[in-house]
Amino acid sequence: MKLNMSISPHVRSHDSTRSVMLDVAIALIPSIIIGIYYGGWRAALVVALSVGSCVLCEFLYDKLMHKPNTIGDCSAVVTGLILACNLYSTAPIWLPILGGAFAIIVVKMLYGGLGQNFMNPACAARCFLLISFPSIMTSYPTLDGVSSATPLTALASGETVSLSSLLLGNHIGTIGETSAIAILIGFLYLVFKKVISPRITLCTVGSAALFLVVFGNMAGETVNLSFMMTQLLAGGLLFGAVFMATDYVTAPVTKWGQVIYACVIGLLVAFIRCYGGSTEGMSYAIIIANLLTPLLEKATKPKPFGIRKEREAK
Amino acid sequence: MKTALERLYNGIIKENPTLVLMLGMCPTLAVTTSAINGLGMGLSTCFVLMLSNLIISLLRKFIPDSVRMPAYIVVIASFVTIVELLMQAYVRSLYSSLGLYIPLIVVNCIIMGRAESYASKNPPVASFFDGLGMGLGFTLALTIIGAIRELLGAGTLFGFDIMPDSFEPISIMIMAPGAFFVLAVLTALQNKLGAPSATNKEKGEESCAGNCSGCSASCSFRTEGGDGK
Repeated sequence: MKLNMSISPHVRSHDSTRSVMLDVAIALIPSIIIGIYYGGWRAALVVALSVGSCVLCEFLYDKLMHKPNTIGDCSAVVTGLILACNLYSTAPIWLPILGGAFAIIVVKMLYGGLGQNFMNPACAARCFLLISFPSIMTSYPTLDGVSSATPLTALASGETVSLSSLLLGNHIGTIGETSAIAILIGFLYLVFKKVISPRITLCTVGSAALFLVVFGNMAGETVNLSFMMTQLLAGGLLFGAVFMATDYVTAPVTKWGQVIYACVIGLLVAFIRCYGGSTEGMSYAIIIANLLTPLLEKATKPKPFGIRKEREAK
Repeated sequence: MKTALERLYNGIIKENPTLVLMLGMCPTLAVTTSAINGLGMGLSTCFVLMLSNLIISLLRKFIPDSVRMPAYIVVIASFVTIVELLMQAYVRSLYSSLGLYIPLIVVNCIIMGRAESYASKNPPVASFFDGLGMGLGFTLALTIIGAIRELLGAGTLFGFDIMPDSFEPISIMIMAPGAFFVLAVLTALQNKLGAPSATNKEKGEESCAGNCSGCSASCSFRTEGGDGK
């Protein structure tokens, strides 16, 4: 019998950055298919330009800075896909290109590349575009046979949105956010493949629901089933909770850190939606919570087994 | 004459207060929303800096060491008041767009820094030119930052519309984050391109290792005892 002598670890996972990123990309496919189905070739073009811009920017940055080429880990592809999912299909063609360049160069590479960025690149790029071009980023497309307002704007003006439309994505919204079912398929795939734990997503949606009831009542909204369904299923809440809040790099690693982080997102998104000037607020909620990540990790650092609290030791 | 030119070169290029010394960041980030605002802020600071350096240098033998800071503040605040009243009288629009940042020139680190590290130790003429050089360096940096931000954020330059109609202004550039972006990129370029500044040492030149007493450069970081950080 042959005995191998080696130092630990002896059992290795087959996961790599690349395989995880490809899983996330696969999970995004249902949402993107729905987006392209309703948005047509224009939506496909936005997706292609966004991904292309992200990958190209990462390649050029590595080349210019004489760094090893990192596009092989596919994280730029995922950033591009998520960014495209956050844009309307009628976006001018330079918008995804500029957003991709900002996400990769400014938010990710300048801080040292994957793993060093303190904000989710796609989310930060969406906020950058939203602040820079408010009129373009909020001029949504009109589709045949579909009301010409997003569910959240419709809700704000007192209309109701049918549940089937919210589930199937048959309404106005950005490319990736419209269909709740497509997002849930992606979520289940990620959980099943153990790419993400459902903790952050469930806590985000749960706390958002709780705070929407609280703030909704305080702000004088009529909080009923229709209000809650529209708030939770429409807009970026579900998409953000599944794909953007769960980013490995910018979410805390500790269990309680993740719970608090998710609750902060839920609190902020409910607050912005009920009191803010915009009907949407998920991306701001996520990047603000991203900034708290280091603090949360420090505060919730687990104690090693056998270590007593200082006071007890004395 | 040689000292004067050396002080000008030092202030504008070698120890540019904004891009090399990183002093006076508050007005740099806050007022550079347009080229004209940057220029106005730079020139008013330059005026205060020249005259306060001159006066402080003239008074340097009379000011007791223990109360030098209040004494400097009195001199600086007098000139800031003069600038404020003059601007209010003659350039009303610039005055209202700079707003609070004009009185805040009093606490600008560049002015206090030059008074402390140069004017209080050197003769009046050299101090005057030191203030002029630093002021022009500050003006230059602020105008460039303001021009870039105005061009990208509003599509204009000094108020003239020069970008094509199809250009969509990137509004974030004239908000607070834009100031950080432009300042960071300019500082990075200054380092990368090896501008002849105090932080880019030439090859073969030894770094000072913080030993300020044996150094002829006039870093603002120099402290009384001569052993800087």
